[in-house]
Amino acid sequence: MRGNAAMHDLVAPGTLAGVLELLAAEPGAWTPIAGGTELMVAFSAGRLAAPKLVSLWGIPDLRAIDVLPQSVVVGAAATFLDLRRHAVIAAELPLLAKAASWIGSIANQSRATLGGNLVNGSPAADSSPALLAYDAEIELISARGRRRVPYSEFHAGYKRNVLAADELLYAIHLPRRFASHKQYLRKVGTRRAMAIAKVALGATALLENGAIREIRLGAASLAPFPTRLLQAESALLGQTITRDTIQSAHHALLAEVKPIDDIRSTADYRSRVAVNLLDEFLLQLRREESH
Amino acid sequence: MSTNESATSSKRWPAIRFNVNSEARIVKVPPMKRLLDVLREDLHLTGTKEGCGEGECGSCSIRMNGELVNSCLVPVLQVEGADIQTVEGLALDGALHPLQEAFLCHGGAQCGICTPGMLMAAAQLLERSPNPDMPQIREALAGNLCRCTGFIRIFESVAAAVDAQSASPATKLTTEQMHHAR
Ligand SMILES: Cc1cc2nc3c(=O)[nH]c(=O)nc-3n(C[C@@H](O)[C@@H](O)[C@H](O)COP(=O)(O)OP(=O)(O)OC[C@H]3O[C@@H](n4cnc5c(N)ncnc54)[C@H](O)[C@@H]3O)c2cc1C
Ligand code: FES
Ligand code: FES
Repeated sequence: MRGNAAMHDLVAPGTLAGVLELLAAEPGAWTPIAGGTELMVAFSAGRLAAPKLVSLWGIPDLRAIDVLPQSVVVGAAATFLDLRRHAVIAAELPLLAKAASWIGSIANQSRATLGGNLVNGSPAADSSPALLAYDAEIELISARGRRRVPYSEFHAGYKRNVLAADELLYAIHLPRRFASHKQYLRKVGTRRAMAIAKVALGATALLENGAIREIRLGAASLAPFPTRLLQAESALLGQTITRDTIQSAHHALLAEVKPIDDIRSTADYRSRVAVNLLDEFLLQLRREESH
Repeated sequence: MSTNESATSSKRWPAIRFNVNSEARIVKVPPMKRLLDVLREDLHLTGTKEGCGEGECGSCSIRMNGELVNSCLVPVLQVEGADIQTVEGLALDGALHPLQEAFLCHGGAQCGICTPGMLMAAAQLLERSPNPDMPQIREALAGNLCRCTGFIRIFESVAAAVDAQSASPATKLTTEQMHHAR
């Protein structure tokens, strides 16, 4: 089936205030559309259930990338191409720049937004492991005001999140202190270009005298939504990287993940790959530490 | 079909204004209509092709405010005020763009369905990096699928256009075309 454009209303107030006013007047009635790379695919296939849409494209407030002393603040409607081209992101938040380069082709990255990727909430979203590893914070906005939640608490279930019916995702706050951490991001899929992840792991860690003082592990496709691997993290925290700590991190990871069987892979394969990715990161940490 | 068509062009839709290949255009169509369909059905610019209709194949690639986008995923309201360039806008005053020449000479097109999208993706690459190497050419065209050529001839065509550009005085023409393209 093919979508019928005449069945959908689409408006473009052109300002953030204009959009928020609409959402406040009829909470839940309006579906925001940013780059449309999720919604227009659904529309073309005739399965877009949104009678009224409001455009976020071309609203400068929502697309700004601001570099502050302690953080980089990315507007929700910044595109993945905007992220790839940003010098500070490339230098200090390379995991995010790398993830951005994976989001389909150039023609997709020129439209796909970071906010749309997060709100869409695919368990395999490519930006999520990096944001979890960087301890990102999400800023939400409505006519009632603004609030912030840690990104690790943004998703609330399969394709569910903490956004209220009148709220927009406004910005993503990325702390700059990770520049001194060891960083890692790897996605295992079927091929390099345009493949949906079977498993992805993003990680940052800070070592002190051989012991792990801080560690964050963010995973995609290991649960109904992107998640931090908190058990594996705590198995590693304060430890030096030995065969034993690696073993106990494996056990913790396997106990906390909830991978599924689907058309792309099996739960068993996903678990095994996740363990291998964690190993690769830990061995890399140990190698770099001994230099 | 015909009833749908007339509903689509009825007066109740607000006017949407934008530039296509440097010409001002106004359409009155549903704001969710795909730019791809507006180009083909309302503006009769049928160079832009539909392959998959879901962002995977790149045959509908065009340039919007200097960026490559897939027109099957753009609701036309979002191009209000924008500069659009389609494959029809590549040739300048009847002279083919160096990329078009190269595709002709080097077997870069067979059935031709993917060609407009390939050309636009390549034009986008050349504007941002005039001297791309083969990995850059491959990355730039990674979102464009071809069922006929096996890709090698397409990559070779783009490389040939790059060589031609840096070797001949045609460089000047190309730069002019690039400006024209904005
Ligand atoms: C060909 C193709 C390849 C792709 N490859 C990948 C890939 O490799 N990896 C990957 O992770 N993704 C991939 N994607 C999906 C990716 O493009 C999207 O997830 C994109 O990031 C969504 O952003 P958007 O602005 O286009 O979203 P839209 O389609 O505009 O919106 C998506 C959802 O987010 C909501 N929304 C958007 N912005 C906001 C906001 N600020 N506040 C509240 N709600 C909002 C919308 O209401 C909608 O529910 C691909 C898509 C295509 C078509
Ligand atoms: S038709 Fe638009 S990407 Fe295939
Ligand atoms: S020439 Fe036929 S699809 Fe490319």
